[in-house]
Amino acid sequence: MRRRRWPLLTVLAFGYAFLYVPILLLIIYSFNESRLVTVWTGFSTKWYVELFRNQQLLDAAWLSVRIAAVNATLAVVLGTLAANALVRHRHFRGRTGFELLLTAPLVMPDVIIGLSLLLLFVAMQHTIGWPDGRGFTTITIAHVTFSMAYVAVVVRARLSQMDRSLEEAAMDLGARPLRVYLTITLPLIAPALLSGWLLAFTLSLDDLVIASFVAGPGSTTLPMVIYSSVRMGVSPQINALATIIVAVVTLAVVIAGISMRRGPEAR
Amino acid sequence: MPAPPPNRAKHAHRTSRLVNIGIPYLWLGLFFLLPFAIVLQISLAEPALAQPPYTALWQWVDEGLLRIEINLRNFMMVAEDDLYLSALLNSLQVAFICTLLCLLLGYPMAYAIATAPERWRIILLMLIVLPFWTSFLIRVYAWIGILKSNGLLNDLLIWLGLIDTPLAILHTNTAIYIGVVYSYLPFMILPLYANLTRLDLSLLEAAADLGCRPMRAFLRVTLPLSMAGIVAGSMLVFIPVVGEFVIPDLLGGPESLMVGKLLWTEFFSNKDWPLASALAILLLALLVVPFVMMQRLQQRMEGSRP
Repeated sequence: MRRRRWPLLTVLAFGYAFLYVPILLLIIYSFNESRLVTVWTGFSTKWYVELFRNQQLLDAAWLSVRIAAVNATLAVVLGTLAANALVRHRHFRGRTGFELLLTAPLVMPDVIIGLSLLLLFVAMQHTIGWPDGRGFTTITIAHVTFSMAYVAVVVRARLSQMDRSLEEAAMDLGARPLRVYLTITLPLIAPALLSGWLLAFTLSLDDLVIASFVAGPGSTTLPMVIYSSVRMGVSPQINALATIIVAVVTLAVVIAGISMRRGPEAR
Repeated sequence: MPAPPPNRAKHAHRTSRLVNIGIPYLWLGLFFLLPFAIVLQISLAEPALAQPPYTALWQWVDEGLLRIEINLRNFMMVAEDDLYLSALLNSLQVAFICTLLCLLLGYPMAYAIATAPERWRIILLMLIVLPFWTSFLIRVYAWIGILKSNGLLNDLLIWLGLIDTPLAILHTNTAIYIGVVYSYLPFMILPLYANLTRLDLSLLEAAADLGCRPMRAFLRVTLPLSMAGIVAGSMLVFIPVVGEFVIPDLLGGPESLMVGKLLWTEFFSNKDWPLASALAILLLALLVVPFVMMQRLQQRMEGSRP
C-alpha cells in the first residue's frame, strides 16, 4: 500500500491549499495600501486604524459578543440536560421525537429557522404582549435554539464514553444523585462543556441569516455590518477584521493544544 | 452499606428524568416545533397592509360563527410562476453537484488522514476544523476578490499565459460550487474520518494476502464499509445547501437563483410574508426525505455501537 500513497497525498495537499490560500490572501491584502483589494501598492496598516475608528462596527461587535456569551451559557445548560436525557435515560416515551428535535436544527437551513422564529415572536407579541419588540432577547433565544443541539452532540459523546465507576463508588457511599452529578460527573465532562461553550459562542458570533430575521431596528450584529459592507463591494477594512479573527482563533487553538498536551489525563 | 433508601433514589431518578427530558423538550417544542405550525398557518394567509402584514386565518363573526379562510394563493403563485419552480430545481441541482464535489475531494482527504501516522492525525484534523472557527461570511467574501473578472485568479491565469481574456466566474453557478465546497468540506470530512478510523484494516490485509489488487480491495471492501460515513457526510452537506442564502447571494448571479435567496427577497424586499412562508413550507417538504434518511442511519449506527 505504501508505495501507492503519493496520489492520496497530492489530493491532501491540494485540499489544504484550497482551504488556506483564500484566508492567506485575505491576510496579505489587509496590509495593502490601496483601496482596491486586488492591486498591491505598498505596505500599510491604515485599514486597522480605520477599523478601530469605525464606531458602528465596534458597537455591533460588542452586541454580538454579549449575545454570543449569553447564548453559549444557556446552550451549554440546555444541551447538557438534553445529553443527560439521551445517555442516562435510555428509554422514555417520545425519545424518537426528542432525538428528531435535537438533530433537525443541525441541518435545517437558516432561512427556515429565522423566518419561523420571527413569525412566532410576532404572533406571541400579538397575543400575549411578549417579547415586546425584537433585539437582544429574540436573537439570543433564536441562537440558543440551534446551538444547544451542537452542544448536545459534543456533551453526549463525552458522557457515553465516560467511566462510571467513580459515580457508582460515590453512590455506594451514600452520596445523593444530585451531589454525585455536581461533584463528580460535571468535572469529568468539563472539557466537553468548554468545547461546547466555545462552539456555541462561535456559531452565534457567525450567524447572519437567523439574526437578520429576528433582529429589530437598533440591534445590528457584527455579521449584519460585515454583510452590508460586503454588498457595497470589497473593503480592506473587512480584510483587517478577518486577520484579527484568524489571529485570535489560531491563538486560542494553540493554547488549547498546549494545555491538552500538558494534561493528557484530561482527555 | 449506607445506600440511599430506595424510594429516595427513585424520587431522585424521577426528578432527574423530569428536568433532563422536560426542559429541553419544552424549549425545542416552543421555539422549534411550534414556529413551523405558525409558518404553515401564515402560508395559507394573504398579505395585508397591517401590522403584522398578513390576514387572519380565522375570525369570530358574532353569534358563534367562526369564519376560517384558507387561501391557496401563495402555493398557486409558486406553481404557476416559472421563477419559483426553477429556483427550487436549481437549488436541488446545486446541492447535489456540491455534495458530489465535496465527496470527491473529501473522501481521499479523509482516507489520507485516517491512514496517516497517529501523531500526524490530530494536527491534520485540527487543520480541517480550524477554518470553521473563523467567520463563514468572511470566508465567502474572500472568494469575491479571487474570482471576480479583475481578481487574483484571472490575474494569475493571464500571467501564466493560459488565457487572454478574463474568465467570468463570479456571479455564476461555478462560483457557488466553489464557495459551497470551500465552506462545507469539513462537514463531509469529519464523519468520513470518524467512519474510516473505525474500519478494520485487517480485512484489507486479508484481501491483499489473497491476491486482491488495491483498487479492487478498495471498491469491494473499504467503500461498502464506509457507506455510513458517506451518507452522513452527504446529508450534512446536501440539506443545508438546498436552503443556503449567503453563498448564492454573494457569489451567485441572476441566473443562479436559489430558493433560500428567493425566500429572503420575498420577505425583506417585497414584504410578502405569506409567500415567504409558502416557500419555507415547500423547502421543508423537499428536505423531509433526506432528513429521515439521515435520522434512520444515525439510529441504526447507535444500535450497532457496543
